[in-house]
Amino acid sequence: MTDLSKAMSNTPETPGTPPPSRTSVPLTAASLPSVAQLIVGVIGLAVGIFCWLILGWPLIGSAVVGGLVYLVGLPAWSLAVEGKRAATDRMMTGLIWTTFVVAMVPLVSLVYTVIDKGRRAISGDFLTYSLFKTALGQPDGIYHAIMGTLIITLGAAVISIPIGVLAAIHLVEYGKGNRLSRVVTFLVDVMTGIPSIVAGLFAFALFTLLFGPGFQGGIGGSVALSLLMIPIVVRATEEMLRLVPDDLREASYALGTPKWRTIMRVVLPTTIGGIITGITLAVARVIGETAPLLLIAGLADKTNTNPFSGAMSTLPVQIYSFNSQQDTIPLAWGAALVLIVLVLVLNLAARIIGKFFAPKTGH
Amino acid sequence: MSSTTKEKPLAQEAKPRVVTSVGDRVFAGLTLGASLIILLALASVFIFLLVKGLPGFTKAADVYGPRASSFFGYVSPLLGGTLIAAVIALIIAVPLAWGIALVISHYAPRFIAVPVAYLVDLLAAVPSVVFGLWGVIVLAPQMVPVFEFLNTYLGFIPIFGGDDDVVSKSGRTILTAGVVLAIMILPIITAITREVFSRTPRLNQEAALALGATRWEMMRLTVFPYGRSGMVSATMLGLGRALGETMAVAMVLSLGGWNVNLLGPGNSSIAANIASKYKERSEDLLSVLIATGLVLFLLTFLVNFTARWIVGRSERKMASA
Repeated sequence: MTDLSKAMSNTPETPGTPPPSRTSVPLTAASLPSVAQLIVGVIGLAVGIFCWLILGWPLIGSAVVGGLVYLVGLPAWSLAVEGKRAATDRMMTGLIWTTFVVAMVPLVSLVYTVIDKGRRAISGDFLTYSLFKTALGQPDGIYHAIMGTLIITLGAAVISIPIGVLAAIHLVEYGKGNRLSRVVTFLVDVMTGIPSIVAGLFAFALFTLLFGPGFQGGIGGSVALSLLMIPIVVRATEEMLRLVPDDLREASYALGTPKWRTIMRVVLPTTIGGIITGITLAVARVIGETAPLLLIAGLADKTNTNPFSGAMSTLPVQIYSFNSQQDTIPLAWGAALVLIVLVLVLNLAARIIGKFFAPKTGH
Repeated sequence: MSSTTKEKPLAQEAKPRVVTSVGDRVFAGLTLGASLIILLALASVFIFLLVKGLPGFTKAADVYGPRASSFFGYVSPLLGGTLIAAVIALIIAVPLAWGIALVISHYAPRFIAVPVAYLVDLLAAVPSVVFGLWGVIVLAPQMVPVFEFLNTYLGFIPIFGGDDDVVSKSGRTILTAGVVLAIMILPIITAITREVFSRTPRLNQEAALALGATRWEMMRLTVFPYGRSGMVSATMLGLGRALGETMAVAMVLSLGGWNVNLLGPGNSSIAANIASKYKERSEDLLSVLIATGLVLFLLTFLVNFTARWIVGRSERKMASA
């Protein structure tokens, strides 16, 4: 502060260059040259390559050493030239980017492995045959699992979408913060945290109670999945409905439209894009659930399109089963790729729908 | 439509009355019914688990298998395994998630941040069974040298073994399961934290920078205090997810009894135990498994409830400020 006031009081007296007798107050703090990062980076890279090629260390170890050289070197240099605060800043910047790089490694590895190994398993036969052998030398396929996944997910969607959307309408349009709607909001929050295996246990307990022990069927899987899906649908729909400006509702009421027609004809069409996006994302979220389906839908080699009787394979459970035997692991990767592609397509569809019907908030 | 036109003369009455048509009552009833179904569904989950699982708490000693003689003895190692895997996952995932969130919200230029944010969102949707597959086939063998390194240099700590022969040769240990869980919960924690970070008021950040703060000091002074509750609740939600995760743990671990050594075989989690044992189809064991499921349900309920409470509290604070 005193330095600053001195400098301030000095400025009027020293127009232009200060007289040589006075010590000059530098206006900018010392800083590293702009290529400093590059220089230290090149040094770190060189150390890493040295460890890897000359010393023969493993690649990951060399990369860690090279990275450490950069992470320590740049702040140390900065500390010597720029001071402690700038050095901390540079170190934290380095660390934050490091976390990013470190986290990307497994994620990229996962995506790469699935695509690389899955690609080899996938063929026309793989997608159109089931595991049920009707002839000698029939190729292995996952048609039955794809159908099972589609049917069970469709069932879950049929159960969850009406309940979820109507409950959200109740919360936003009718509830307005009364006791029931507060309780429901809270319970929806609780439901988002239900572990999938608990949902599976519930369906298992329910259906074995109703239809006797040992029951297995797609409908049980649909019920378990809808338990996981409803909260996502409610949340997404609720959020979208709250975006609709009250002006629209009031304009509609002013024209004498009853409330339910206002909701059906004004509120819902305004946000239908967002609601469909939310529903699609919810479907993408539950289509890969494994644990509940393992418990209640089971595993079958034959294509079963009747969700009300008999075990029904699904892609995730089939992957789990393929993984348990050494010689079917390549098939597991193929099924994993198909499943990921399904999820990806749903996600992309959700984005496109979201963009296409962007919320029309007024004119 | 016709009903509304009929109502018109009634508007002449002195006291304006609320116009309700039949459609209105039916529609309101439907939406109310949907809300009640949600109430009913959750209540029935709890009641079913309770009714079916209650006998599982007090079975004969031999039902609880070779390793335990009571429910407590049966569930506590599983609970321990569940918690340890989740804690390992949190220790790894939370700093990484904060880092990625900061990169996306503040550090990276837009042309990097947007695709990365999109990629992270997509990874949140990758099914857990695929993570499990990757974990057991790709990651586990890669972990073995790391385990040997830890055992050699940090072996004096009990969790990193002691003798050489306790290090798993397949890499299928609870530490690997924790790493897989970390990668699974990373996208969730990142998504929430990123959202909170990017909502920091711009004026606060610019004020800090104008006072001469470096970028890191600006983060500490404005972004972190503003996002603290969001960071905490994101962590809790990640914990809830990690606790309930089944397939990744069941696939990566070679399930076994309690083992304090993170590098050795053994250990299990409640969810993975259910997934691997339910097939035995013995009525006694099933009720025990459902009872452990009930324990898991209550645990995740508690964690999620705390997370929501923290978020709600900070929202109320912000609303009153």
